Amino acid sequence: MDQSLRNKNRISRRLREKIIQSIFFTLSLVSILIVGLIFFFLFNEGVPIFQHISIRDFLFGTLWYPTADPPDFGIWPMIIGSIFVTSLASFIAIPLGVFSAVYVSEIAGHRAKEIIKPVIELLASIPSVVIGFFGMVVVSPFLQKTFDLPLGLNVLNASMMLALMAVPTISSISEDALNAVPRSLREASYALGANRWETITRVVLPAGLSGISTAIILGMARAMGETMVVLMVAGGAAAIPGSIFESCRPLPASIAAEMAEAPYRGEHYHALFATGIVLLILTFMFNAIADHLSHKYRMTESG
Amino acid sequence: MMKNILTVICCVMLTVSGAFAGNIVMKGSTTVLPIAQAAAEEYMKLYPDVNISVSGGGSGNGIKAIIDGSCDIANSSRFIKSKEVVQATEKNVFPVAHRVALDCVVPVVHPSCPLTDVTLDQLRMIYTGEIENWKALGGPDKKIVVVSRDTSSGTYEVWESKVLKDGKVSPKALLQASNGAVAQLVAQNSYAIGYVGIGYVNDQLKALTVNGVKATPDTALDGSFPISRALFMFTNGWPEGDTLNFLNYIGSPVGQAIAQREGFVPIYKLN
Repeated sequence: MDQSLRNKNRISRRLREKIIQSIFFTLSLVSILIVGLIFFFLFNEGVPIFQHISIRDFLFGTLWYPTADPPDFGIWPMIIGSIFVTSLASFIAIPLGVFSAVYVSEIAGHRAKEIIKPVIELLASIPSVVIGFFGMVVVSPFLQKTFDLPLGLNVLNASMMLALMAVPTISSISEDALNAVPRSLREASYALGANRWETITRVVLPAGLSGISTAIILGMARAMGETMVVLMVAGGAAAIPGSIFESCRPLPASIAAEMAEAPYRGEHYHALFATGIVLLILTFMFNAIADHLSHKYRMTESG
Repeated sequence: MMKNILTVICCVMLTVSGAFAGNIVMKGSTTVLPIAQAAAEEYMKLYPDVNISVSGGGSGNGIKAIIDGSCDIANSSRFIKSKEVVQATEKNVFPVAHRVALDCVVPVVHPSCPLTDVTLDQLRMIYTGEIENWKALGGPDKKIVVVSRDTSSGTYEVWESKVLKDGKVSPKALLQASNGAVAQLVAQNSYAIGYVGIGYVNDQLKALTVNGVKATPDTALDGSFPISRALFMFTNGWPEGDTLNFLNYIGSPVGQAIAQREGFVPIYKLN
């Protein structure tokens, strides 16, 4: 009696394990399926535009008049706008992010760390629309007055706001990378008579470099794909910006501003989806690079 | 007594039979959409048995839908084109236009701007990029910050047809996604010029007169203010039943007040 009960228990336990396992499997399958569907629909809705315009004219055309007759669908100014804003944002965010990671991981005392780390992470939790609003209402008039500009909604403003969003990503991932550098390396460096500065710049930073690169690339991908901020503070001119004080229109802003009113399955609609494909390819490239770097990083760490 | 009860019964029966068929499908212009949407919501509160579905897609698609019979009312921000009338009559569809409101777009600048009046021609040159400096208009020696709407909006359509004519907006113009965003930007920038629907003009903005005419519901109505147009709803033949009732509702002072609330000009003077 007792034996059979235990058997029964064991069977039901194994069954339960199996059920739980399959539930988790299905759930992970769902997310793969969703990604697949997004890819499918994005291409399905975007590709038809190339019946009206060649890929070359779409990518490198400099005029965007989607509702004119005949329409122009050139997204080159938007691609340049995205790249310009992302690069400038990285230029601001990389030193901030990496150096604050170095400070938190290598230099800061216990109490300073307790304060700085959560505050940087808090920055990541600010909704993008709030950052956009801040850029529009505070930073824009400030830039306008300080530099005597006709307009405060420009590449510089957008880059600063995007940098604000990329810093937490860069900083926290970099910090993890620095923490993963073995203690023995630091001790060896000190044993050789190196001071703290030499240890950080010659030993710890090079050892954590691939992890830091991953952090930078992920931060840049975040800046590239961010929509609300650039929609609100980049100004929205569909021209190639001549300086950091001119307004531009990055890819996500173009899609967000026009999609609501583009006629369903019209040329304009397809062109916006094709813009989405271009954006996806760009961010996908960033992610692939990041993945490659982090893989390399894992290899060096174990080796 | 008996008579009274009979009348009550008759009334109830009438309302029941009147509210029976209730399904109206509207499609078309995104400019007319806010009026249609708001009116439909209020109407459905009054007549809970009527179900009105409203969708966008643009004026052209709306008229296409009335021609192939897939909607009861086509919203359109322009009059029907002769080509479309031919297509319709070939299919035995006879579109009837109902004017529902006026769309009046006003050029606005920062209150500190010395300019008070522009001509249509000057506006065209500002927006196509031929004039780039306020000096050319008698203002300070500063670059004009040109603010426009995204090209798929109805407000842009009015601007394009009444101001730009055959020109195209300079790519350097800032494109904003809503009337509110344009108003916000111009209110903050002393060198900006923009345009908004008449319902969005507030005291943080200075509305310019065009060719000497101030934009008011009156000047839009009598046609003396040049940047305005009528908005239409098209039906197949003279409407009947719920569709007629709904269009009458939009044309009534209550419906016109809704249009006004959504930022448009009523088709007659409201008291």
